[in-house]
Amino acid sequence: MLFLIIKRIFLGFITLFIVSLITFVGTEILPGDACTTYLEREAYGAALEACYKRLGLDIPAYERYISWAHNVVQGDFGYSLSGQMPINEVLGPRIKNSMVLASAAIIIGIPLALILGIITALWRDKLPDITISTITIFAMTIPEFISATLLILIVAIWLQWLPGIVIVPTDVTFFELLPNIILPVIAIAMIMTAHMARMVRSSVIQVMASDYIQMAILKGVPYWKMVFKHVLPNALLPAINVVALTIAWLLGGVVVTEVVFNYPGLGRLVIESISNRDLPTVQALAIILASIYVSINLIADLMTFMLNPRLKSLQIRK
Amino acid sequence: MENIIQSIKNLSIGFKSKKGDEISILRNVTTNIKKGETVGIVGESGSGKSTLALAMMGYVKQGLYTIKGECLYKSSNLLKMKSRDLEKIRGRKIAMIPQNAGQSLTPNLKIGYQIDEALSLHTSLNKTERNNKISELLNKVRLPSPDTMAFRYPHELSGGQQQRVAVAMALAGRPDLLLLDEPTTGLDVTTQAHVLELLRSIAKDTETSMVYVSHDLGAIAQVSDRIIVMYAGEIVLEGPARSILKNPIHPYTFGLLKSIPKLSLAGLPGSMPGSQPQPGSIGIGCSFYDRCSIAEEKCKKNSPNLEYVSELKTNVRCFNYKNLEKFNYKISSSNQKINVKKEINQILNLTDVSISYAKQKLLDQIFNKISDTNPTVKDINIEVKKGETIALVGESGSGKSTILKSIAGLLRTKDGKIKFKNDRELSSNLKNRDSNDLRAIQLIFQNPDESLNPNHTVEQILSQPLKLYFGLNGEKLRKNIIELLQKVRLGEFYMTRYPRQLSGGEKQRVAVARAFAAKPDIILCDEVTSALDVSVQAAVLNLLQNLKEDLGTTYIFVSHDLAVVRAISDRVAVLYQGRLCEIGPSKNVYQFPSHPYTEVLLGAVLEPDPDIKPKLVAEDIVEEKPPEKGCSFQGRCPKILGDQCKNETPPWQIGDNGNAIRCHIPLKDLKKQQLS
Amino acid sequence: MNLNKLSKEKQKNVFSKILEVFKTMASKPSGFIGLFILVFHVLLAILSPYLAPYDYKAIDPTLMLQAPSSEYWFGTDSLGRDVFTRTIMGGRTALTITFFGSLIALLWGGLLGIFCGLVGGRIDDVVMRIVDAFLSIPWILAMLLIVSLLGTSIEVLIPALGFFYGKGIVRVARAATHDVIAKDFIVSARARGHGNMSIIWNEIIPNVRDAILVEGAMRWSWMLLGFSSLSFLGFGVSPPTPDWGLMISNARGLMSFAYWSVIAPIVGLSSLIIGINLTADAFAKALGIDRSTKAPV
Repeated sequence: MLFLIIKRIFLGFITLFIVSLITFVGTEILPGDACTTYLEREAYGAALEACYKRLGLDIPAYERYISWAHNVVQGDFGYSLSGQMPINEVLGPRIKNSMVLASAAIIIGIPLALILGIITALWRDKLPDITISTITIFAMTIPEFISATLLILIVAIWLQWLPGIVIVPTDVTFFELLPNIILPVIAIAMIMTAHMARMVRSSVIQVMASDYIQMAILKGVPYWKMVFKHVLPNALLPAINVVALTIAWLLGGVVVTEVVFNYPGLGRLVIESISNRDLPTVQALAIILASIYVSINLIADLMTFMLNPRLKSLQIRK
Repeated sequence: MENIIQSIKNLSIGFKSKKGDEISILRNVTTNIKKGETVGIVGESGSGKSTLALAMMGYVKQGLYTIKGECLYKSSNLLKMKSRDLEKIRGRKIAMIPQNAGQSLTPNLKIGYQIDEALSLHTSLNKTERNNKISELLNKVRLPSPDTMAFRYPHELSGGQQQRVAVAMALAGRPDLLLLDEPTTGLDVTTQAHVLELLRSIAKDTETSMVYVSHDLGAIAQVSDRIIVMYAGEIVLEGPARSILKNPIHPYTFGLLKSIPKLSLAGLPGSMPGSQPQPGSIGIGCSFYDRCSIAEEKCKKNSPNLEYVSELKTNVRCFNYKNLEKFNYKISSSNQKINVKKEINQILNLTDVSISYAKQKLLDQIFNKISDTNPTVKDINIEVKKGETIALVGESGSGKSTILKSIAGLLRTKDGKIKFKNDRELSSNLKNRDSNDLRAIQLIFQNPDESLNPNHTVEQILSQPLKLYFGLNGEKLRKNIIELLQKVRLGEFYMTRYPRQLSGGEKQRVAVARAFAAKPDIILCDEVTSALDVSVQAAVLNLLQNLKEDLGTTYIFVSHDLAVVRAISDRVAVLYQGRLCEIGPSKNVYQFPSHPYTEVLLGAVLEPDPDIKPKLVAEDIVEEKPPEKGCSFQGRCPKILGDQCKNETPPWQIGDNGNAIRCHIPLKDLKKQQLS
Repeated sequence: MNLNKLSKEKQKNVFSKILEVFKTMASKPSGFIGLFILVFHVLLAILSPYLAPYDYKAIDPTLMLQAPSSEYWFGTDSLGRDVFTRTIMGGRTALTITFFGSLIALLWGGLLGIFCGLVGGRIDDVVMRIVDAFLSIPWILAMLLIVSLLGTSIEVLIPALGFFYGKGIVRVARAATHDVIAKDFIVSARARGHGNMSIIWNEIIPNVRDAILVEGAMRWSWMLLGFSSLSFLGFGVSPPTPDWGLMISNARGLMSFAYWSVIAPIVGLSSLIIGINLTADAFAKALGIDRSTKAPV
């Protein structure tokens, strides 16, 4: 068990290492370097050389990778070209804001998805299932920027209930932020919930068809007791990993949503730094977003380890 | 009547087809279950026996519905009952012991909890009383260390133990009626006999009525007072166990009993043509018409009703049952095997073969050697003569399939040599064999559903070996395929069929044809009849025997079923934990003296005869690994001598009848003990 | 029957199988609607240049932000272009790019997945670790980077999208191959002495094909979503080419008084994505595969 966990964590670090290589090599292979792309037409002569000097681009690539990786491990991502300040200072408040947004969406989304998924599975092919399933199909297929735009159009412009665009400085306090994040949270939670609800539904249906559920019925176990004791623990366990993958994948959608709502999070920083051709910041973002992905999956794996009696008991039969 | 526990009246259960037709799985079933009696319901797959058992609990599987009829428990119809009322009957009045307990126990709940759940639902005991009851129940089903067992999860138990837990759970509510749905299918021979013995003693002690559903007439014969034979959703024969087994007056039952291979009988069992009709394809006449040897014109148009035969106390659904007796009616007649003139040439020779599943360590991998002091299979010496059928017998974990894989080149051996024809050594690695050697050894697998590519037509399946080995194509290839199909008694029109459009028996025939397509010298048969229904099994065994007589092929036949082995093989090798115990001509292996393990195996065989009872001589412990030294059977041997058996590898002793037995006990003593 | 006839029969067999799949798909209302929408959009993409009432890039400052009328059915946008014309043409680029992108994804993802599933062991471990690492960089970041450095031409977008959306197919193909190679018919083919290529071609591909195709169909709708997001962010199609994502992005700022210029492309894009999704769902069901358990990675 302990070995499995350690192995899993180790593999997570390997993944991050490969990610760092990919981003580094990627930015190296693609035409132009940080200075030429940043300076664009002014990339010649003294300005270019000064830039090279400042970023240390005048030394060989592998040495640069080593010193960069060395700094990253110590939590230093280097110097932002467009912000003209250390990347860490740029990142700090952005990470906090994005976290607020994502956690709110997850906190609302997961319980809602569980409830909807279970309802649709237990009333399979009946009215509640057909209604909810149709809605989830729409919610999960429509791109975030469309649902976000529609939300703004309806709630903020036509009904005028909530502010449509977030116009706050990057370092506001949580309570100032709150009314501004309702719409973005709804936009993100909608698609996330729809995905998870569908997975929960199919997982529950699969378990309901199993021999041990038939046995529980034949044992005379009352329906709801059967659902909570026999069905759900077995249905939700395999769903954990898939849910984690989904959440991680939807990080991409957060980028778009943040742009629509003008929300000062990591997502908008992605667009800003790419528009500004600020490669060091892009590299930092890649590492950070990948770490989020890896840790979400790691948490899911650990949860599965903890909850699955087959792994817990260690006596794995072949 | 007072003593009737459950009565089923005119019950029909079915489903709606895609076209909207009503298709029955159960048709007009009427029967009563009396207090204290054990009723055996026997039928092949698709006969509706499991649907009937579930209906007895008021449970109809999703997609099915009750067409008509009722299922009365104490004058209330279970099939119309509200689920809240059913919860009070299920588990408390009527309990179910399922097939494959491994999948019927909820994986995330401990054994103790699952039994406790039944107790708290169906008894008024308090927590401490329930805890005591749990260990009492686990004790009753003879599980080792019942107190710690309660804290285990289902996956930590062996198949036999899981089945026992299911029994304990069913007994928790003290039901009046126990339903057993194939409770021993999938268990090893000895475990099966033990579980059956347990069930019989429970029935006797508690006076519970039991309904025992199985495809295995052997098991049914051991437990039942009364037997119901089902065919295509109908009861075709019903009566006291002894009458049914000794005087099976329905042609289907007669054929079924004839097609079961028996230990007491040499030679191949008689086979029945065709297979059971699918639900929905049953016409207006008798459902057995197509396969019946005594059918007449009227059977085609009219469906017979159950008729009571008073001298046998039996109900039979047949117009012509009286004619059956004219047909040289005798179960004990069987096709005698024609003894093929065996050539003395040996064709395959295994010397000191051992095989290990242990993962190679990195260092060993570099030096390309396998280090495992206690390999899964060890010291196998078998000589196979040209044209004979040699059988490898043993329970799961005996290494019989492992040896087969190595011969086929699918699994590398650790030590020893496999020699083929004229002492030429055969590599245990496929890649080092030439095309001719590959052609010479072919495999047939247990389950044709897995061994035939579901996306290939029969034509594509059969053309693969023909193209590969003989480079055939065009008209020649086609002609060859048709010839092959004829050889396995299948018509030309099967060429365009996909495996899913064939019955189990037909699929296995295609698999046999594919093996013969290579014109092989040796065919390795891995449990080839285990997945088939009994009546189909007999036909496939006969087919294999006929092909061999025509073509002079050598078979290496792996099976767990001693009766099947008895029927088909010339020589038998008995294996336990990857070590040979006994080897000799098959007629001798079934005589004394034999290795203590062979004796245990033979004793556990269930014969479809109420007069032959199994003899349980050893515990059914499951051993994970073979012992490091000494005799492989030391853990379970009822005749163990002591340290000698634990430390020294037993010597080979050769009896007067040519049987070689690996045991420390002198043959004289073995014989004396076994005859007494 | 001669060989020629035989192979013809085989062709007929395949054809009737495809027809049967379509019939099953259309037999359910959701599948029928999905197919209908998809076919409608494909036809529109092909025929829209001939149907369009106006020139999609004709700018006319005097006609800025006109409300829908009999003349301009969906109104005009901030540059005075006809929204109806731009809407019916707005799916052409997206549909083409994502269709070919999906084909590339299908190809490399499928082949690599089958290869990994077949060889197993260390090589499989290493390849999957690398695929996993690619997976952990958010696709949008990677795509934006590539597009911003290499430009938004079709030659960049199709392979880039195909590459990033093929990762999921690798996983599916690998898992399906893993399931198949444990089956006895593969063992049987090995024991007969068939080579790896023959086993892949004859035994594995026919059995993993359905799963991979379904995954490809699903990938298509995800890719369309992703591509539209890129367009919306200004990294997809370059103006003045009409594209729904770009149209929504441009008209978004003015939607408080010219909502029509946003609604029309929203309806266009949403209906196409839902159409592809419903079709993929029905396709999966017709082939007997449950796709709702899969994560969209």
